[in-house]
Amino acid sequence: MTAPTLRISDLRLGFRRWAGTVEVLHGISMHIRKGERVALVGESGSGKSVTARIVLGLLQQVRSARISGLVEFEGQNLDTLSARDRARLRGTAMSMIFQDPTSSLNPVYTIGVQFHEVLRRRDPRLKMAEARQRAARALADVAIPNPDRVLDSYSFQLSGGMNQRVMIAMALANEPSLLLADEPGTALDVTVQAQTLRLMRDLVEEHDTSVLFISHNLGVVREFADRVYVIYKGRIVEHGPADSLFEDPRHPYTQALMRAVPRLTGGGIPDIEDVSEAYFAPLVVHEGCGEPEGAA
Amino acid sequence: MSENLLTLSSVSKVFDTPSGKLRAVDDVSLEVRQGECLAIVGESGSGKSTLANMVLGIYPPSEGELRYRGALLPARRELAHRRAIQLVQQNPMSSLNPRRSIGASLRLALDVHGIGEKSKRWQRAGELLKEVGLPGDYRSRSPASLSGGQRQRVAIARALACQSDLVVLDEPTSALDVLVQARVLKLLNDLRAARGLTYIFITHDLSVVRNIADRVAVFEAGKLVELNATEKIFADPDHPYTRRLIAAVPVVTRKEEELRARLAKNTHEDS
Amino acid sequence: MQRTLYILLRNPMSMLGLLLVFIVVFSAIFADFIAPFPAHRGAVVDFANFNRAPEWPYIFGTDLVGRDIFTRIIYAFRISLMLGAVVLVIAVPIGVTIGLLAGYLGGWTEYVLMRLTDVFLSIPPLVLAMSIMGVLQPTLTNGMLAVTAMWWPWYTRLVYNITRSEKEEGYVLAAEVIGASRLHVMFREILPNCVPSILTKMTLDLGFVILIASSLSFLGLGVQPPTPDLGSMVAEGATYLPDSWWLTVFPGLAILVAVFGFNLVGDALRELLGADQ
Repeated sequence: MTAPTLRISDLRLGFRRWAGTVEVLHGISMHIRKGERVALVGESGSGKSVTARIVLGLLQQVRSARISGLVEFEGQNLDTLSARDRARLRGTAMSMIFQDPTSSLNPVYTIGVQFHEVLRRRDPRLKMAEARQRAARALADVAIPNPDRVLDSYSFQLSGGMNQRVMIAMALANEPSLLLADEPGTALDVTVQAQTLRLMRDLVEEHDTSVLFISHNLGVVREFADRVYVIYKGRIVEHGPADSLFEDPRHPYTQALMRAVPRLTGGGIPDIEDVSEAYFAPLVVHEGCGEPEGAA
Repeated sequence: MSENLLTLSSVSKVFDTPSGKLRAVDDVSLEVRQGECLAIVGESGSGKSTLANMVLGIYPPSEGELRYRGALLPARRELAHRRAIQLVQQNPMSSLNPRRSIGASLRLALDVHGIGEKSKRWQRAGELLKEVGLPGDYRSRSPASLSGGQRQRVAIARALACQSDLVVLDEPTSALDVLVQARVLKLLNDLRAARGLTYIFITHDLSVVRNIADRVAVFEAGKLVELNATEKIFADPDHPYTRRLIAAVPVVTRKEEELRARLAKNTHEDS
Repeated sequence: MQRTLYILLRNPMSMLGLLLVFIVVFSAIFADFIAPFPAHRGAVVDFANFNRAPEWPYIFGTDLVGRDIFTRIIYAFRISLMLGAVVLVIAVPIGVTIGLLAGYLGGWTEYVLMRLTDVFLSIPPLVLAMSIMGVLQPTLTNGMLAVTAMWWPWYTRLVYNITRSEKEEGYVLAAEVIGASRLHVMFREILPNCVPSILTKMTLDLGFVILIASSLSFLGLGVQPPTPDLGSMVAEGATYLPDSWWLTVFPGLAILVAVFGFNLVGDALRELLGADQ
C-alpha cells in the first residue's frame, strides 16, 4: 500500500508571546489518502488555518512558533527537508487556494504573465508561448468561455467568480498531488460559490488530486468533502465520513454546531451554549476511517 | 399591528461612475410594517446596501420618496428621525471605536439625544449592556478585550440606547461563528418580541432569513423582483431568481436537500 | 504594562534611545545643578582660560572667550528643548485641525486646505525659514515662528491621510447614524485614532526641530549670542578645525545624541502604540 498523500501525527503548535507561550494546537492527527477530499471544520481560532500553513511549510520559518509532531507528505517527513526544498514543493506538488481570489492575484500583471510564473515553478525553462497554450487549456478546464481574453486581462477587470476560477486553474495547473483550499469562495455570492465548488469538485476528481478543505461552513463542507475532521480549540473532536458525520453527529461540540446552523426548512433559532465544558470531551471516531495502514 | 412604519415610493438611486450612470436601486416601492422583520435579500450589486443607506439617511434617494409614519423623510435628517432609525453593522470589529471605552460608545447615543439625566447616563450604559446579556461593568472595557459576539451585542445595545422603533440590521451575524451567530440571532428575536421593534434584516444568508423574517424582499440588480411572506418564499417562490438563490444555499440535512431539489426542478420547468 | 516592558527590553536600541533622551532631558531640567560654571551660559569673558583642550575642570574644553563648553552644551539643550516644545505645541494643533477638517469634510474644504498645505510643503524648509528670518529680526522668537510655519503642514498630511481611511470605518458611520455632530466625529471619534501616530511623529520631530534650529543658528539666523546654541557653537568652531577640535566635536556630538535619542524613542513608540503611518 502506498503512503497517504498527507499524514499528520500529534502535531502541536505554540506561539511565544510576552505573557508566555500560547498553545494553538494540542496534538492533532489526521491523514489524507490519494484522491481523497478531506475537510477540516472549525470556528475562527480553532487552529484550522495554521494547520494548513504548517503543511505548506510557512510557519516553520516564524521565529516565535514552536512546532512539534510529524507531518509527512507522500511518505516524506517535512521536518527532514530544508527550507528550500519545502519551498520547492509549494506551487508544484502542493498548491493552495485562498479565501479572497481577487486579492490573491497581483493587480499589476496580466493573468497570462502570472500563469507563466506558476507554470515555470515546475518547468523553469518554459517559453511564454507554450505557457500561454497550456494556460488557455487550463482555463478552458474551469469553464472559462474565452481563455485568451482572460489571459490578457488584469484581475481587477474580472468578476470575483471569474478570479476564483482562475485561481483554481492556477492551483491545478502543475498537477499537484495535494490541494489546500482555505475557505474558498467565502467572499463570493452564494450562486457563484455553488458553481465554483461544483467545478472544483469535478476537477479534483478527474485529476485524482487530494484535497485538504478548510472551512467554517458546515453546508459547504457537506457538499464537498468525503471525510471530515471537526476541530475545536486546537483539538480534533470528531472524525468520520461526511455522510455519517452529518447524519449522526456524536461529539457534543459537533452536535451543538449542527443544531446551531439555521435550517432552510425552518424550525426557528435554537437556544444553545457557545461555550461549554462538554465541548472538550474526547475524540469520537466514526466506523471505517481509522489510521492508514503502516502508521504507528 | 399592520400599520406601515416606513414607506418607500418609487425610490431610485443613481450613481455616476466612470462607465456611465449606474442605477443601484431602480424604482423600488415597498412598505415596512410596524413590528415585522422584513428581510432584504440579494447578492452583491443587488442594491440592498444602497437601499439601507437611504433608509438610514446616509444619502438621499435620486428619485422617489421615503416616509416614516406618514411623514416625509428630508434629505437632511433631523435628530428625531436619526433617533427613530438605528443600525447594527456587519463587522463588529470596526463598528466600535477601538480608542474609546464600550461605555463611551453607548453614552454617545444618550448624550446626542438627551436621553435621561446626565449624571445617570454612565449607569444607564451598564444597564444597556445587561439587557443584551453582558456584565454591566464591561462599560469601562475597550472593544479589543471583547470577542466578536460580545462586540456585536454591544452594537445592538447601542442601537437600543436610542429607544428607536426601526433597526436596520446589515448582515449582523455573517462575520460571526455558527454558535455565536445562533446566540445573537436569538437575542435579536427576544428583543424584538419584548420591545415591539421593527427590523429591516439585510442578508445574503437565506437559511437565516427562513428562521427570523416575517416577509422577504428579493433584490436583483437594483430591482425588487419578489416580495412575499417567508412561508411562501420557501415553499413556492414566484420569481425564478428566488428559486436560483435558494437552490444555491449549502445545507446540512437531507430534508433541506429535498426542498432545494424540489425548488430547483421547478426552475427547469419555468425555463 | 508587562507588554510595554517586554517590547522595550526585547529591543536594545529602544533602551539606548530612552537613555539618551533621559540624559538630554535630565541635564536640561537640572542644568543649574549640573553645570560646573552656570555663569558661562551668558556673556562671560575669561581670557586666562580661553581655547583650552579638555582637562579638569573643563571636561569638554573651553571656547574662544574662555567659557566652559560642557556648561554651554547643557544650557543649549535647555534652549533647544524649549524651542522644540514650543514649535510642536503651536504647530501640532494647527496641523492636526486642518488635517481633520480636510480629511473628514472633503469637497471644497479639502481642496482649498490641501492645496494650501501643498504650497507650504513645496518650499524647502530651510529656505522658508531663512526667508522669514531674513525679513524679520533674527531673534529666538522669530526663530520659533519660522520653524513653526514650516512644521504644521507635515501634521496636516499625516492626519489627513489617517482621517481619510478612518472615515470609512464602521464606528464613524455608527456615530453619524446616531446623529453625532461633525465636531464630535472629528475630535472625539477620529482624533483619538490619530493620537498614536501624532505622538510618534512628535517624538521623532523633537530631534529634527533641534537639528533645524541648529542649522539656522549655524547659518547665523537662529539663536543669537551670547545665548548658548549647539548650531552656533559648531559654526564658530568650524574655522578652528582641526587644531581646536573640541570646539566643534562636542557640540556636534550633543546634536547627534539628542536627534538619535529622540529618533530611537520615536521608533519604540511606533511599535508600542501600534501607530501606522
